[in-house]
Amino acid sequence: MSAPGSGPDVSRAESCVVACADAWRGAGEIMASPFGTIPSLGARLAKLTFAPDLVLTDGEAALMVGAPPIATRPAELVREAAMPYRSVFDVVWSGRRHIMMMASQIDRTGNQNISAIGPHAHPKVQLVGVRGAPGNSVNHPTSYWVPDHSVRTFVEQVDVVSGVGYARAAAAGPGATRFHDVRRVVSNLGVFDFETPGHTMRLRSFHPGVTVDEIVAATGFTLAVPDHVAETRLPTPEELDLVRVVLDPGSQRDREVRS
Amino acid sequence: MADKRMTVDDIVGELSSGMTIGIGGWGSRRKPMAVVRAICRSGLTDLTVVAYGGPDVGLLCASGKVRKVVCGFVTLDSIALDPHWRAARQHGKVEVMEVDEGMFFLGLQAASWRVPFLPTRAGLGSDVLSINPGLRLVRSPYGADSPYVGDPADADVELVAMPALRLDAAIVHTNRADTAGNGQILSPDAFFDPLFLGAAERRFMTTERIVENGTLAGEAHPLATVALHRMLTDGVAETPGGAHFTANPPDYGRDEAFQKEYAVAAGDPAEWEAFAGRYVLVDEAEYQARVEERDPR
Repeated sequence: MSAPGSGPDVSRAESCVVACADAWRGAGEIMASPFGTIPSLGARLAKLTFAPDLVLTDGEAALMVGAPPIATRPAELVREAAMPYRSVFDVVWSGRRHIMMMASQIDRTGNQNISAIGPHAHPKVQLVGVRGAPGNSVNHPTSYWVPDHSVRTFVEQVDVVSGVGYARAAAAGPGATRFHDVRRVVSNLGVFDFETPGHTMRLRSFHPGVTVDEIVAATGFTLAVPDHVAETRLPTPEELDLVRVVLDPGSQRDREVRS
Repeated sequence: MADKRMTVDDIVGELSSGMTIGIGGWGSRRKPMAVVRAICRSGLTDLTVVAYGGPDVGLLCASGKVRKVVCGFVTLDSIALDPHWRAARQHGKVEVMEVDEGMFFLGLQAASWRVPFLPTRAGLGSDVLSINPGLRLVRSPYGADSPYVGDPADADVELVAMPALRLDAAIVHTNRADTAGNGQILSPDAFFDPLFLGAAERRFMTTERIVENGTLAGEAHPLATVALHRMLTDGVAETPGGAHFTANPPDYGRDEAFQKEYAVAAGDPAEWEAFAGRYVLVDEAEYQARVEERDPR
């Protein structure tokens, strides 16, 4: 399925991979911590192309050389340095990291929830827990990946603030704002940022095959929509080749986002 | 030098109802499951469990042993959520002190260093502060005129004062240990095990194999793998397969099939009863025999 001008055969998942990769453009020598298949592909694509100094972990306790295919077995990875969890906090609190976390809920000012749906004292649905989201979001650039954009995931106010958004950080003071930087939100429908005067969520681009109206209808709050919004850029032929042939020949990406 | 060898049952005998117990490992990795299983079939109750939570938390909740959990998450790694934990929370059966996982680290560190709190940005602006109304902020005593302030934003800055997480007891599992209570971790991550032990009043280690003091390091394994020294341990118990079904490389990986069965059993009380009867309410030798039977090695 493709819309006019979207190129004949770029899948939605591939648009999402490129949008995630672009979040790490210009990042330099920092740790990219992607959660989910598509952000993982994005970080690897960025490292193989325009962000060669990115540092990626093996998902366990080491930094790995290069950007191997996502289906690579642990035994086949080449590692360059140790990175046990205790050292990860040295990286987090030094700011040398840009994470892309997932969000069960995200709201207009960039608060994210991965803790519980409903009141925390009596959750309707218990989720994984706040994990490192509170600390990540006030210490280094943080982006989010939401593979199921809907009024249930893009909400006016999240139930439990795990990752801290702009209004909450401002209210908490300079301790919270000094390194706070919620950079991007990538969903299966489009790309969003907070580059508005009040740091509320703005549509940055819509993926090929998606309309702005569709995105507005799937968002549970008033989204800032500029007069002229571009389509998410298409992958270059080289990028498409890297994603399809090198990084993800088994098309795991299509299991996270369908076209 | 003291010989610290004891049994898993000896360890559980040192615990009592109402205690705050730290459990080492991370998620579904290198958890002292033999002790967790022994607690499940003991008379202990009303425990506060402090952990980077995995099936230790789920199993103890499902067995009705837990009053409160202190954690940043509970996950089975290859299964995102532990359904036993989810059920306990959704049915209001346990209290929770949920904090950022870095705050959790600092809480153990503070207890280990015997200071009442450590400052951090982690938690500021988040609901961690509202769901834990006892948590406090601390204002930096260094103002704009102080030579120690590098950036003006840090003058008089307010940070979270993460309180020490003091433990009555802590239990960790290692690949090898010696009779004196030194512990060796042969996978690349010691997680926060040294801090769990450091934060605790009574400190216990279970291990795959106990060897003579002084023989843990050698040509095969550098001294750095002996990450836990004996000043951190009061007792050590040999219990092969003691981390099963969590991952304990290089001795064994996670038993994914078993973990799945554990998770699925949460869906139905009858299934859970059958699972518990077969794998929880039996002694460790019987447990290991039944595991062996499922998957002959």
